[in-house]
Amino acid sequence: MASDTKKLKLYSYWRSSCSFRVRIALNLKGLKYDYIPVNLLKGEQSHPEFLKLNPVGFVPVLLDGDLVLADSLAIIMYLDDKYPQHPLLPSDIHKRAINFQATHIVSSSIQPLQNISFLNYIGEKVGPDEKLPWVQSVLRKGFTALEKLLKDHTGRYATGDEIFLADVFLAPQLHAAFTRFNIPMNEFPIMSRLHETYNATPAFQEALPQNQPDAVH
Amino acid sequence: MECEAVNLKLYSHWMSSCSFRVRIALNLKGLKYHYVAVTASSKSDPEFLKLNPLALIPVLVDGDFVLAESLAIIMYLDDKYPQYPLLPHDIPKRALNFQVAHIVASSIQPFQNMGFLNNFIEKKVGPHEKLPWAQSVIRKGFTALEKLLKDQAGRYATGDEIFLADLFLAPQLYSAYKRFNISMNEFPSLSRLHEAYNGISAFQEAFPEKQPDAVNSD
Repeated sequence: MASDTKKLKLYSYWRSSCSFRVRIALNLKGLKYDYIPVNLLKGEQSHPEFLKLNPVGFVPVLLDGDLVLADSLAIIMYLDDKYPQHPLLPSDIHKRAINFQATHIVSSSIQPLQNISFLNYIGEKVGPDEKLPWVQSVLRKGFTALEKLLKDHTGRYATGDEIFLADVFLAPQLHAAFTRFNIPMNEFPIMSRLHETYNATPAFQEALPQNQPDAVH
Repeated sequence: MECEAVNLKLYSHWMSSCSFRVRIALNLKGLKYHYVAVTASSKSDPEFLKLNPLALIPVLVDGDFVLAESLAIIMYLDDKYPQYPLLPHDIPKRALNFQVAHIVASSIQPFQNMGFLNNFIEKKVGPHEKLPWAQSVIRKGFTALEKLLKDQAGRYATGDEIFLADLFLAPQLYSAYKRFNISMNEFPSLSRLHEAYNGISAFQEAFPEKQPDAVNSD
C-alpha cells in the first residue's frame, strides 16, 4: 500500500463502545487510519479545539480528506458506501432488515442507557449503588430481545455465516456486558457464543479497547 | 397519489414517536396499511407476543415478514418499495441523514419516551424531575442538531427533498414543542423545519392526533 500519510483519521476513546464499532468496520475493510485519542474522562470532547473540528462534541469522529463525520452509524454507513470491500450489509432485503433491527436495538435501547454521562447522572441523582443494577437491567432487557430476534437467523455470526452490521454493533456491547458489567455468559447462549467468536476474529481483536494506543491498564 | 396494493400491517401507538416515523415513511411512499392499535395491555397479550416476542412498537408485518425497530422498518420499506427514495445518492449527504437520524434515535428519544420517564425518572428520582430531565435531554440534542444543520441550505434538513433525517426529526420536534414546552425560538433552523413539516400532507396524516387510537386529552 502507498505512503505513510493515512488519509483517514479517527478521533476515538479506547473504551467508547461507539468508537469500538467504527474501529471494527475500518479493520474489516482493511482501511488504515490515524488514531487520535480523545479522553472522555478528562472531558476532552468539550475542549475548544475538538469542538472547532466537530461542534457536535461526540466521539467517534472520522476525517476523510475534507469530510468530517460524527456518529458511529453514520460513519459506518459512509465507509460502506465509499469503500465497498467487505460489504457490511447483505444483499437479501430481509436479512438487511434484521441487521438494522439488531443494530438499532443496541444503539437506541441498550448503549445510550448505559453510557458514561447517564451513569454519572444516576450516580448523582439516585445513588452510586444504583448504577450497576440499572445497567444490568438494561442489558438483560436488550439481550433478551436480541436472543429472540437472532435465534432463527444466526449462523457463525449474528445473522448468518458472514460478518455484517449487526456484528459490528453487537461485539462492543457484548464486550462491555461480559467484561465490565458482570452479566453471566450463561444467561444468554447466543450472545455468549457470538462474544467468543468475535474474540477470535482478528478485525474485532484489533479493535478491542485494551489494544488501542490510549488504553490504560 | 397512486397507492400500491400491498399487504401491510402496522402495529402502532398514536403517541409513539417511533411509530410516527414509520407512518411518515409509509405515507411518503403512498403505501396503504392496516393500522393495528397497540395499548399498554396488548403488550402482554399472548397473541401480540406470539407475533412479536420482542413486544416492541412499531412492528411492520409485510405478508409473512415481521419486523420491528423504526430504523429497520424504514430501511426495509426503502429497499422493497423504492418509490420516493428516503436516502439521496450523494455519499456525504447520505451520511448526514444517518447522523441526524441517529442523534435523534440514540441520544434524544430513548431518554424522553413515556416508558423511560414514568418507569425510571419518576420512580427513581421523582415526578418533579420528569419535565426538567426531558427538556435538558432535548435541548442538548437540539443544540447538536442546530449546529449540524445550520449551514444546510434547502427547504428540509439536508436539502430541498425529504429524506431519512426529516422522518426522524419531525416526530422529535413535534413532541418537543407540544409535550415538553421547548420554545421554538431557541432553535431557529429546527423551528423552520418544524413549520415546513407541518405543511406536508404525508406528515400531517401521520400526526398522533390523526391516528385511529388517538385520545383527545387536556
